[in-house]
Amino acid sequence: MFSTCTDPSSLHGLSWMLCYLTTGKHMMFYGSFGVVLILLAVTAPAALIFGFGGALAARSHIAPLKLFGRGYISMVRGVPDIVFFLFVPIAMDQGLEYLRNRVKCPDWNQPVWAGNEFHVCAAAKLPLNTAPQIYHEIYGFALAVVAFSIVYGAFAANVLYGAMQAVPRAQLETAEAYGMTRAQVNRRVLIPQMWAYAIPGLSNLWMILIKATPLLFLLGIEDIVYWARELGATKSQIYAYPHGDWRLYYFLALLIFYLVMTKLSELVLDRINRRLAFGQATAAGEALRKAGA
Amino acid sequence: MKKLILTAAILGLSAGVAAAETVRMGTEGAYPPYNYIDDNGQVAGFERELGDKLCEMEKLDCTWVTNDWDSIIPNLLSGNYDTIMAGMSITEEREKSIDFTQAYYPPAASSYMAMDPGVDLKGGVVAAQTGTIQAAHVAETGATLAEYATLDDTIAAVKNGEADAVFADKDALKPFAGTDGMQFVGEDVQLGKGIGIGLRKSDTALKDKFNDGISKLKADGSLNEMLKKYFGDDALTFN
Repeated sequence: MFSTCTDPSSLHGLSWMLCYLTTGKHMMFYGSFGVVLILLAVTAPAALIFGFGGALAARSHIAPLKLFGRGYISMVRGVPDIVFFLFVPIAMDQGLEYLRNRVKCPDWNQPVWAGNEFHVCAAAKLPLNTAPQIYHEIYGFALAVVAFSIVYGAFAANVLYGAMQAVPRAQLETAEAYGMTRAQVNRRVLIPQMWAYAIPGLSNLWMILIKATPLLFLLGIEDIVYWARELGATKSQIYAYPHGDWRLYYFLALLIFYLVMTKLSELVLDRINRRLAFGQATAAGEALRKAGA
Repeated sequence: MKKLILTAAILGLSAGVAAAETVRMGTEGAYPPYNYIDDNGQVAGFERELGDKLCEMEKLDCTWVTNDWDSIIPNLLSGNYDTIMAGMSITEEREKSIDFTQAYYPPAASSYMAMDPGVDLKGGVVAAQTGTIQAAHVAETGATLAEYATLDDTIAAVKNGEADAVFADKDALKPFAGTDGMQFVGEDVQLGKGIGIGLRKSDTALKDKFNDGISKLKADGSLNEMLKKYFGDDALTFN
């Protein structure tokens, strides 16, 4: 990065450290923080949508939809995360490639699943074998986001389902007495009010999601934990910057990152909580009313 | 006329595909000097140089990808990459699920390393990397096997006293000799049939190409030179 860094063996002290911390490998490490933040930024709303859909389905009066919603919530919540993260991306990947194989290579005559191998024609590969590495990484990341969203969506669905049940029945009855349809009651009364009951559970989920990002490594994505381990490991003389086992320092940096993330989230969630409690017939809403009066 | 143009186009297209066959090379990236991630974040080491050379000779367009050691064979089988060059010894166990080219590294010595020269290698706790031939060997010797995900973890286990000794490939251990009093102990053990490129059993054409390339490099002595460059003048070579 700097011109002085061309010969690392001649460097000492601070300048060695400066050059060391700006190697290409470290840049990838810093970049992986962005990857984690993007994952959180994409997964959280996606999981909320999955959860919203799941909760509405579970409350539905249409039997198959209700069964689907209930089934989604209890099945995903019951399966260990690691099993899910190993299964979903591989299943989705092979499923997509299988479909593409049917479309793009209709005369493919070999079995797709042969023994322990998975075969589709070259044109059906996703992404294509010839695609630059960056597309493979983006594709892997997208699979990870879907897997995370399905898992956390199920937990969010259960939280939202509970919150919808917690809205006082009297509120809904009043709306019905005004002649609103079921959909109108849901949209105008139930959903705006249920957030106050859902936020504590959702904030819990968000915190767990932040800490679950090292699972990305299971999916082959080089996240901050991977790079911390790789950079901190003992470096012998074949590396330009040899050093001992520095994993402790790298993991300390990660510790600080995760602590800052959770602290910031706490601050934001507290504000949201206050806003949503305003005017509600809950203890928190009552406390706000008294403070304002 | 239209048909002619179409045929020509298809011919041209298929020729283009044949000329630039893309091969994705899978490796671990955590096993210097065989393969490691250099300071620029690129895959480097003996296998990188050898692999690139083979690809150049056989006119293949190669890209390198890293994968966790534990899932390196399953991901090969499901087609995420086409080869494994990750210091993987040819063993009968592995040959059940994948194919190997001929060895590009002769059957190598595995060694014990410990901080205390008088350590009990048959009854103590010996660390080895999960899923390696060394781990299988330790389990047979009667010592208590402590498995770790990476080579670094096995070294750290010895240094902090979790294990009495580490058993691994001698060349991979060499850089650690002398750090914190680590030293080779006991006799070297010959394991496996050498290191080869792992491939799916159905990829016979690719296997032939790599076999052909390795034979050429063995014949003109350049493979031996490469071995000496990475593993020192007393490296094992082919004769």
